[in-house]
Amino acid sequence: MPDSMTPLWEVFIRPRNGLHHKHVGSLHAADASLAIQSARDVYTRRGEGNSIWVVPSAQIVASDPSSGKELFDPADDKVYRHPTFYDIPDEVGHM
Amino acid sequence: MTGTAILHPPLFEAVLQLADDHLILGHRVSEWCGHAPMLEEDLGLANMALDLLGQSRALYAYAADIEDAGRSEDDLAFLRLERQYQNCLLVERPNGDFAHTIVRQLYFAAFMHPFWQWVSANSADETLRGIAGKAEKEMAYHVRHAGEWVVRLGDGTEESAARVKAAVDALHHYTDELFQGSPAMTACAEDGRLPDVASLRPAWTATIADVFAQGLLEVPEVAHPQTGGRMGEHGEELGHLLAELQYMQRTYPNLQW
Repeated sequence: MPDSMTPLWEVFIRPRNGLHHKHVGSLHAADASLAIQSARDVYTRRGEGNSIWVVPSAQIVASDPSSGKELFDPADDKVYRHPTFYDIPDEVGHM
Repeated sequence: MTGTAILHPPLFEAVLQLADDHLILGHRVSEWCGHAPMLEEDLGLANMALDLLGQSRALYAYAADIEDAGRSEDDLAFLRLERQYQNCLLVERPNGDFAHTIVRQLYFAAFMHPFWQWVSANSADETLRGIAGKAEKEMAYHVRHAGEWVVRLGDGTEESAARVKAAVDALHHYTDELFQGSPAMTACAEDGRLPDVASLRPAWTATIADVFAQGLLEVPEVAHPQTGGRMGEHGEELGHLLAELQYMQRTYPNLQW
């Protein structure tokens, strides 16, 4: 089947209630409902999740790898942004 | 042998017929493994084949229990002769192209879904109710998966529409047999274990009509329904299927995985 008839979709699966959807991969499908079905068939065969999102890959806007330095390097030396300098009371539990 | 309650020849026959339907269709669909038109559908078809094989295992195990004659589920699945298989003719039809396979799947699943729904809600037989609980969900998905494809093939390109129409024309006259059942099934319907299969026709017809309306397909008139599978009268294609299906168990008797 030509790719023009079955564009690419990105698949997101939520493993359990309360967790967020995570990107698990991509697939080809003719439309949204077939994409959901294929995502179910390809990515949830072993009980991986209880909710599926599919998004046309063409709709995803990505950052430009060539601007990596200006976007991400400035965060390298801001260790104080990590919450490791604070004492967390035991009652708060896992953060 | 004191368990007279468990000796129930019609129940054995009826469960075996259901098991044969699921094994033969499961094997047919598994023939696509590695050959489907796209990777996604390869997995989709393999999933459906595994659902059917799983259901057939549960049914053969129950049949072996009822018979209580020392035959195992493997003996029933792999070591009978062609005329002893009592599956309906629809499920043994060759895969043909993808349209044939998916129309066959829709026809069968649209029948089994209300069948298992009835068993799950109403059957007097606890084991069958247990099998039905799992099977009705699997069959609901098969109806959906096959139905969505029939709609897209029917309302797709000129070629896909012609192919799905050819599949409907080739397979529709095998669907009457589903609603004829067998003397064993009738006996099991009378004692409340299985549904009266004729009563499932309105549900099946409604499912098919809905899918066909969306897929711009017409339901053909059937002049000469094909039957005989429940009495062991099969097309020659079943023999070829069984040769492959039974090969391992006949070559290496008692082979275990």
